[in-house]
Amino acid sequence: MYRYDSYDQRLVDERVAQFRDQTQRYLAGELSEDEFRPLRLQNGLYIQRHAPMLRVAIPYGHLSAPQMRMLAHVARKYDRGYGHFSTRQNIQYNWPTLESIPDILADLATVEMHAIQTSGNCIRNITTDQFAGVAPDEVIDPRPLAEIIRQWSTFHPEFALLPRKFKIAVSGSLQDRAVVQMHDIGLEFFRDDAGRIAARVWAGGGLGRTPILGTMIREHLEWQHLLTYCEAILRVYNRHGRRDNAYKARIKILLKALGAEEFSRQVEAEWVHLKDNPNTITQAEFDRVAAFFEPPAYRTLPAHDAGFDTALASDPGFAAWVRRCVHGHRQPGYRAVTLSLKSNDIAPGDATDAQMDAVAELSERYSFGEIRVSHEQNLILADVELGQLHALWQAAREHGLATPNIGLLTDIICCPGGDFCSLANAKSIPIAQAIQQTFDDLDYLHDIGELELNISGCMNACGHHHVGHIGILGVDKDGSEWYQITIGGKQGSDASLGTVIGPSFAADEVPGVITRLIEVYVRDRHADERFIDTVRRLGVAPFKEHVYGKRADKEAAGV
Amino acid sequence: MSEASTHRIIADGAIVADGWTLMALPQVEEAVRKQAGKVVLFRLTGEQTHTPEQLAALQVPAGRVLVPLAVWRLQKDALAARVAAGEIGICVDTHEMVEDLVESCADINAFPVIAVRFERFADGRGYSIATLLRTRYGFRGQLRAVGDVLRDQLFLMKRCGFNAFDVRADRDIEVALAGLRDFTEPYQGAVDEPQPVWRRHARG
Ligand code: SF4
Repeated sequence: MYRYDSYDQRLVDERVAQFRDQTQRYLAGELSEDEFRPLRLQNGLYIQRHAPMLRVAIPYGHLSAPQMRMLAHVARKYDRGYGHFSTRQNIQYNWPTLESIPDILADLATVEMHAIQTSGNCIRNITTDQFAGVAPDEVIDPRPLAEIIRQWSTFHPEFALLPRKFKIAVSGSLQDRAVVQMHDIGLEFFRDDAGRIAARVWAGGGLGRTPILGTMIREHLEWQHLLTYCEAILRVYNRHGRRDNAYKARIKILLKALGAEEFSRQVEAEWVHLKDNPNTITQAEFDRVAAFFEPPAYRTLPAHDAGFDTALASDPGFAAWVRRCVHGHRQPGYRAVTLSLKSNDIAPGDATDAQMDAVAELSERYSFGEIRVSHEQNLILADVELGQLHALWQAAREHGLATPNIGLLTDIICCPGGDFCSLANAKSIPIAQAIQQTFDDLDYLHDIGELELNISGCMNACGHHHVGHIGILGVDKDGSEWYQITIGGKQGSDASLGTVIGPSFAADEVPGVITRLIEVYVRDRHADERFIDTVRRLGVAPFKEHVYGKRADKEAAGV
Repeated sequence: MSEASTHRIIADGAIVADGWTLMALPQVEEAVRKQAGKVVLFRLTGEQTHTPEQLAALQVPAGRVLVPLAVWRLQKDALAARVAAGEIGICVDTHEMVEDLVESCADINAFPVIAVRFERFADGRGYSIATLLRTRYGFRGQLRAVGDVLRDQLFLMKRCGFNAFDVRADRDIEVALAGLRDFTEPYQGAVDEPQPVWRRHARG
């Protein structure tokens, strides 16, 4: 993975000093609330319900073991012994004090970490596929270019105060796991007819109040021009994006208002002036960065391992875990492993300091000392030998990290919601936990099969509810908490946005509603059909009927 | 001594006395606008705040004056001699179009100073205006940030081509000066240093 040189380190160190000074001036009353807000936000610091919330950047979700140990240390020393991995491949701490933030940032800087641009109206953390570099369907490893974009966007002077937040995702595989169409800019790398690396450029995607999938504004952009082309897009947006209404300030609204064609025309017209400027990426710089992402020192292994086959045949618990948590790998004899952060007894995406230390240890023992964070809020060990999977499983189980539910209904994507977030309409964590408890029968869960259930505590959609096969959104009705349910959303190359099934529900009704949605699916599914496919085939009507029909009956019966 | 000569700004990295007067537009009665329940803080790009009649009637004061772009566009013929004498600069608001300035004059370098006025520091449009003036339109004179100009944005402003800063009156200009030195080696090329770090140095 990427390692800092003296230039990277110096920027981060200078940032720590700058923010220490800003915090002191704020505490001394020399900076007003309004003046401090964008400064602290660009350092990932929110003022939350209970305490400040600090969001630490994990660029494109990659961590080394020492970095993971530092995250555990921060959780222990400055927080309440845990952290929350977010859908943006970052980590959030909910209980630090404002006064301690400069010290936390100084500690993080010792392991090449920071909180730069994890919030605020600027270019946010670049995200990508959690299986980058190891996925069998990968065409281009997106990480070198993600790192180059990260550096370019860090403290970009022209784009530090945009109309609204700005998210860039990159992907280089056949199956899009980085949800590029859900981002302000999505870059989908491919190899063109001449064998060169090029990108399809998507713009104007985003969830939130007005969910829209991105539009392809350029079919072919050679990699050298990525930064200057992004500059062109951002300049058009910075100048013309709406600043009069925060809900209409994302680039997606500008793109829609102008029309995709006119928007692309403006971007192209801007780019004419920027193309080939010194930010054009050189082969030498690409090679320098790409060298950090060379494959690790894999052993030459056969495609099969007898010990693994035996364990698989004799140990059903292990087999269930392998089925859900072990993924294909481009190197023979290796697998990628997801460590589930979705067990019943902890909020989705949360990990304790002890778990973080354990993952660091496991990564060193089994996976070259590297860890990844997925936007589904789980942790990944990307390079595990087939013959060591059983030992890893046993060790992971001891730390509550081996729930065999990846991709299943209880692998819930969930934002912090009303328990922590001051923007929330409703709590989301208790809803996730109630659903996890309702569906705790593993056999039933496996029978239901692949199902993505996403929960957001408000319109801001941090839990990506629109693209959940089942989406749950917290809404506020006369000051009480209600939940609106959508079905039929999907991420990936054939992404779609979910449809609302009808009036919203009280918290205690939600697990029952999910049960009834599943009942329709189990009743009406064709062989091998996933929940999402059944919804796509049948539409919302039968689901709606079963959910509300039951409710109407109950009401009629006076229950 | 006149007030203008005691007014201090940061120019080219030092604190200096300033000899320019910033011509203000008259206050307009504006209803508080709300969008989605929140007060609208920023003007829309291209929005007009004064009628042509109001602007044409304004008297540009004597001496070296930073004239609001909207006034300049209506009174430029009358100001031609003063431009030739080097006593006219222009002040562009962040919501105004820099293209309107460029189209309104034969040579942008006829102005010794162009100011960009930040009604609110959080309005990043001013950074694109500055960048365009320097890179696309070849402005070589003094590019000055005025209005809500604060220490914590100075480094960004400098990188976008500003070389003068009229720091908000209630802030210590000496303290603000340090803001120009927040970072030593930025990553990306921008106006003040067009080369990205990997072209400036052998890395690794
Ligand atoms: S979706 Fe809403 S409630 Fe949930 S974390 Fe985001 S802003 Fe907070």
